[in-house]
Amino acid sequence: MKLLTSNFLKCSVKACDSSNDNFPLRYDANCQLQQDESIDCNPEFLINILQRVDWNALVQVALDLGNNSLPPQKPELSPGDDLTDDDLAIIRDMHSLLIQTSIVEGQMSCRNCGHVYYIKNGIPNLLLPPHLA
Amino acid sequence: MVSKKYLVYMAHSNVNFRRAELESLADLCGLDIDFSTYDEESPFFVVDLPDDAQASRWIRRSVLCKALYEYWGEGKNLQELHESIKSQPFHEHYKQLYRQDSFKFQFETYRGSTRANRVEQIETFAYLGLQGKIDMKRPDQIYTIVEEYRPLAENVGSTIPERMFFGRLVQRSDRHAMEVYDLKKRPYKGTTSFEAELSLVSANIAQVKPGSLMYDPFAGTGSFLSAGGHYGALVLGSDIDGKMIRGRGAAYDISSNFKYYGESVQFIDVLTMDFTHNSIRSNLKFDTILCDPPYGIREGIKVLGADNLEKYVGKEDVELYGKKSFLHRDYIPAKKSYSLDNLLDNLLQYASERLTIGGRLAFWMPTANDENVETMIPLHFCLELKYNCVQEFNKWSRRLLVYENRGPDFNGQDNTGTKRAVSNFRERYFTNFNR
Repeated sequence: MKLLTSNFLKCSVKACDSSNDNFPLRYDANCQLQQDESIDCNPEFLINILQRVDWNALVQVALDLGNNSLPPQKPELSPGDDLTDDDLAIIRDMHSLLIQTSIVEGQMSCRNCGHVYYIKNGIPNLLLPPHLA
Repeated sequence: MVSKKYLVYMAHSNVNFRRAELESLADLCGLDIDFSTYDEESPFFVVDLPDDAQASRWIRRSVLCKALYEYWGEGKNLQELHESIKSQPFHEHYKQLYRQDSFKFQFETYRGSTRANRVEQIETFAYLGLQGKIDMKRPDQIYTIVEEYRPLAENVGSTIPERMFFGRLVQRSDRHAMEVYDLKKRPYKGTTSFEAELSLVSANIAQVKPGSLMYDPFAGTGSFLSAGGHYGALVLGSDIDGKMIRGRGAAYDISSNFKYYGESVQFIDVLTMDFTHNSIRSNLKFDTILCDPPYGIREGIKVLGADNLEKYVGKEDVELYGKKSFLHRDYIPAKKSYSLDNLLDNLLQYASERLTIGGRLAFWMPTANDENVETMIPLHFCLELKYNCVQEFNKWSRRLLVYENRGPDFNGQDNTGTKRAVSNFRERYFTNFNR
């Protein structure tokens, strides 16, 4: 599961939708990370996707996983811009973090209800037991 | 507006989908095309377009087209064809433009073939005065004679064409992608994998855009994810059946398909998730939702929950090794049956909330052919139904339904929450549609 995906996932439990704590999920510090350098960087795609990223959530998840190097504000990049060397450096960093970094094994839990979800072989399992469905 | 005449030559395949694909791709590149002379039955469409560049952009990702030509003329036979070519107002101009370019001739035939001597036929075009080199490998220009035959009877082809077009090749289509994405060659596939041609066509009619975000909530083995990725979307999938999306080890899963196609950069993730208990944050917008919902043929439609809840009373308190059993890593939750009507209602509602305005929802829906009632197409007040393209099989058919999200102000017809299916499709499938 790519780090980008952590930015999309909330708790599956419907009752948690009324809470502000169902997103992002809390990631276990022992999550096993993997870096896949073989995925090429496409700056245009990355700028597009960055626009849909909830930056605060990303900072929070990165912290959960022991990375405190993210700036507090989302880097400002717009599609169609002429990219400076600095922009390209940011894009490469973001690509490395969002697309190349993935969680292979581990768990995440809802900050509201505490339900635990597992990531197995890189695939998150968001299914719920009958009493929560 | 200055414009030029072009010939679109389509494949004789999935005829019901051809116009939807042409229109959707035209809309995608901002082309306003006059379809008044479009003939559903014919693989030919002569059309005015602004210039080669825009014509190319339109056809280059079409799967149901073969190619697009600059139109030079047409006739019932070779002689008429030549007269037609010479009589066109643009004839002299075209001759001058490409006179020095290297070239070759080629033939395309529709529903027949000839024993005519092709070299002799090519020589009859001497009046074009082409002075460039003949180059069979990398010519600057390819002149094409497209012949249409009328079969004499079923399975008896004619050898004399009844119509001939002549044109200069401007753009080949994306039809060869069918070979690339052919299921036979795909590393990971399953019984529910969707054929390459129509999955690519679906992605075209759904107007998948490069760099956009696409979601398939019933991803299965990822057929539509592959198609969306081919046209440049970043794709996210989910499925309640974890087995399906896990695949059979690292070399045979959805992500390995993307690696095989050299499109890993398009693939975001697949999630084991029940669409009706959705974990994607509600303020994330998708540009496209493209899917083939479970019809319940291979297995009934399932969602999270239990058919007999009484059986599960108190189960949430069961502990195993000092931990609630439902919090174990290998816990497998119960599932319950669900109706297709309900599932499609959920899908339409979801699309109305999660698609960008103008974004498209496209999905496949099955129907039995022997039902004497008109199939009720699900409608949602925010979604404009753009296409309803039917693929017929012997006793059943399936249709690609395509909607555009217009937002609440669209105020369209709405039949969600009503029972639309007259009978259980799965039951009818297995009783051979005879009841």
